[in-house]
Amino acid sequence: MTISTTDIREKEQLISGSEAIAIACAMADVDVITAYPIRPYDTVMQFVSKLIADGTLSCEYIIAESEHSQFEIVKHASAVGARVFTGSSGVGWFYAFEALAVTCGLRLPMVAMVGNRALDDPGAFGTEHNDALAVRDLGWMLRWVDTAEEAMDAAFMAWRVAEDPRIYLPCAISTDGAFLTHSQQIVQMPSQEQVDEFLPPYDRGDFVLHPDNPITIAPQVNEDWLIEIRRQTDAAMRRARDVIIEAQDDMNRIFNREEEDPFIEEYMTEDADVVLVGMGTLSLPLKVTVRRLREQGKKVGFVRVKWFRPFPAPELQVALSKFKAIGIIDRDYSLGAPQNGGVLYTEIRSALYDVTPRPPMIGFICGLGGREVTVDSSTEMFDKTFEVAETGHAEEPLLWIGVRS
Amino acid sequence: MAVTAVEVVYRGIFQRLLSRAICRTIVLAARKEGKIGTAFGRYSDSPERNGIPAKYFAVVADDPLELQETLAQYEPKAVDVSIVVDDSLCKGVESWAWYGLQPINELTKEGGTVLVTSIQESADLLEDMHVKDTPYNLAIVKGPKSFSGLWVYKDDHTDVRILGALAKVCPQLVGIDAYKETIREQWDELKETSANRAYDRVQSTPVEPGQGNPEEPFSFDMPGWETMEEALVVRPVSVGGGFRGGEGGFQPERNEVFKKWSTRTMRPVINFETCTKCTLCWLQCPDTCFDVTPEGLYDSDMESCCGCGVCEDVCPVPECITMVHESNFNDNSSQHDHWKRDRDGYMAWLEEMRAASTTEKADVGRTHGFYEVGQYEKEFEQTGVAGDD
Ligand code: SF4
Ligand code: SF4
Repeated sequence: MTISTTDIREKEQLISGSEAIAIACAMADVDVITAYPIRPYDTVMQFVSKLIADGTLSCEYIIAESEHSQFEIVKHASAVGARVFTGSSGVGWFYAFEALAVTCGLRLPMVAMVGNRALDDPGAFGTEHNDALAVRDLGWMLRWVDTAEEAMDAAFMAWRVAEDPRIYLPCAISTDGAFLTHSQQIVQMPSQEQVDEFLPPYDRGDFVLHPDNPITIAPQVNEDWLIEIRRQTDAAMRRARDVIIEAQDDMNRIFNREEEDPFIEEYMTEDADVVLVGMGTLSLPLKVTVRRLREQGKKVGFVRVKWFRPFPAPELQVALSKFKAIGIIDRDYSLGAPQNGGVLYTEIRSALYDVTPRPPMIGFICGLGGREVTVDSSTEMFDKTFEVAETGHAEEPLLWIGVRS
Repeated sequence: MAVTAVEVVYRGIFQRLLSRAICRTIVLAARKEGKIGTAFGRYSDSPERNGIPAKYFAVVADDPLELQETLAQYEPKAVDVSIVVDDSLCKGVESWAWYGLQPINELTKEGGTVLVTSIQESADLLEDMHVKDTPYNLAIVKGPKSFSGLWVYKDDHTDVRILGALAKVCPQLVGIDAYKETIREQWDELKETSANRAYDRVQSTPVEPGQGNPEEPFSFDMPGWETMEEALVVRPVSVGGGFRGGEGGFQPERNEVFKKWSTRTMRPVINFETCTKCTLCWLQCPDTCFDVTPEGLYDSDMESCCGCGVCEDVCPVPECITMVHESNFNDNSSQHDHWKRDRDGYMAWLEEMRAASTTEKADVGRTHGFYEVGQYEKEFEQTGVAGDD
């Protein structure tokens, strides 16, 4: 077989989500990429290597000896003004946790892909969202995507927002293991000119660590300083909302993508009585189920949360308050949490506290460890949510779906 | 609604790129007909592991909504064509994420096709393929199990020959013209010619319900969260006892559900008459396959053997253990039982098996992996493809 080189200028590509992000690295002219293998994130490594071998991507590509070093290296590279990309999955991401935590306070715009994976032991590599969600409190911006094309757009978006001087925060793009990292879909590519127009070069200004700009970063601070530093990081995260809205407007215009809300996707919700809410690729069975139930005359819809940090509370408050009941699907768990609910459930419950009318809600945990969320289980979740709409409250606030008993 | 799905059943590492090339080209060719599709490998497989049975899928639809309908279930539950690029997998597919043995034709739709690259005849393949209660077709692309796509092996055009045959047995997926155009773009005109030739030559035989291997494929029920052991505990099995439950010898107790089937591509055959009872095979087998017979011989349990070839390597007696390709066997029965029952018959069979093996033991200390040394070349000659301009 002739090994063909990837011509990323082709208008249409048959690529996986990981491949899309690797190509985005080439088009964004990333300077430093670090890697350490773990499935399913390792797929991105393969494509990055291939692009480098083909001469399409020119960057420092460092295979570290562990995830901890992997994230430390790009952290430092980012401080000297390099555009960076890295990533991991599952416990690999956790092994880098110290580096993940400090990147936020240092205000370094690291962009990472998390190929979502269960936290083993027990050894498992199917999708669960707990890996990426673990950094939700620290100052990481978190984005969940649904298709290979969205993965590519989200990568450009991530650099643009993270490197904005108003923000300087790290951003992780979550791609569901298998469903996105391992399946090849048709993607309509932006041109290099479009990417260049959308994404300016990374300019760290006078925060750049360089002999010509002698600065010290990350000194020791104690109770006299730290809370002010946290408050600064918090302000940057709060500013991210507007920067994301601005960037999405530009992207829609420059890439000729369909007008879309930056934070949430609403599917057939307009006249819906009952909707389910979730993140990532489970939208596929959910959308199909919505169409099938609508054929039977049931008014149902689906809302997909795209940004988890900053959390789209204003959008969800407007979108969700109009329904008779809502069901929140978590592909994660938060054991011992209120109502024993998952992470998304708990966040949405909190976001809706001040809303009137406040829709009755129910939570579902399903699809853990990469178990398929089927049309049957989606239908079951809609049925349960209809019951909640009828009675006005959930008898059992949280159900596990698709578990062998 | 027109959605067409195919699976490619292959062996890990050696055939992953071959399968990927087949599925990608299907989707790229479908684009030429204005259709849309997706190609993906089954995630729960571990295609980076030596010889592990694995699957790749291509799904093609007339429009994106139809495609979504099918992909709402990640892995297709039924396919129009099951492509098999190693005929030893006709015995069934045993995934690395293990759940028993899946018949090779399990996903094949009624009236669909199992398309195999093989130098065997359809009657031979049907001895392995499990009985199905709906009719389907068995088509053969004459050729050995190909490594094409693995960088160290040369391109034998298996990918495009399969695509050409596919256009014949499943024209509703993609027609031959779209394949030819795509193959020309991806590769060259020579490969286009190969595809065309396979299109003309592919042979297809109807298979009736009830035809095939009548064995019930091995399966088991998985426990639920309330019944399974907590804390990730896996209890040990007991040490075991005498050979076949008797007084003499020794036979370890084995996990009831974790058995080996088509993971293995080769198995050891043992000459009980030259064995010196040195114990090395018994000690070194990584899967504790050997039962000790009352007379101190060693009989390998074929429901445990992964075909690694370690026993052949460590056995100090020349040609006492020979690794032989799986296509020569139809069951997992005990070689020692056979030998006890009928010594002359067994020795004649052993000779036959040795002759079937192409391994030059002097050259390679150990045969393991996908092929015996020299087997590919031998099979390739048999196809007649080589001399065929
Ligand atoms: S081939 Fe490997 S697994 Fe099989 S009996 Fe020999 S040593 Fe054991
Ligand atoms: S290694 Fe060979 S000689 Fe030794 S016990 Fe096994 S079969 Fe017999």
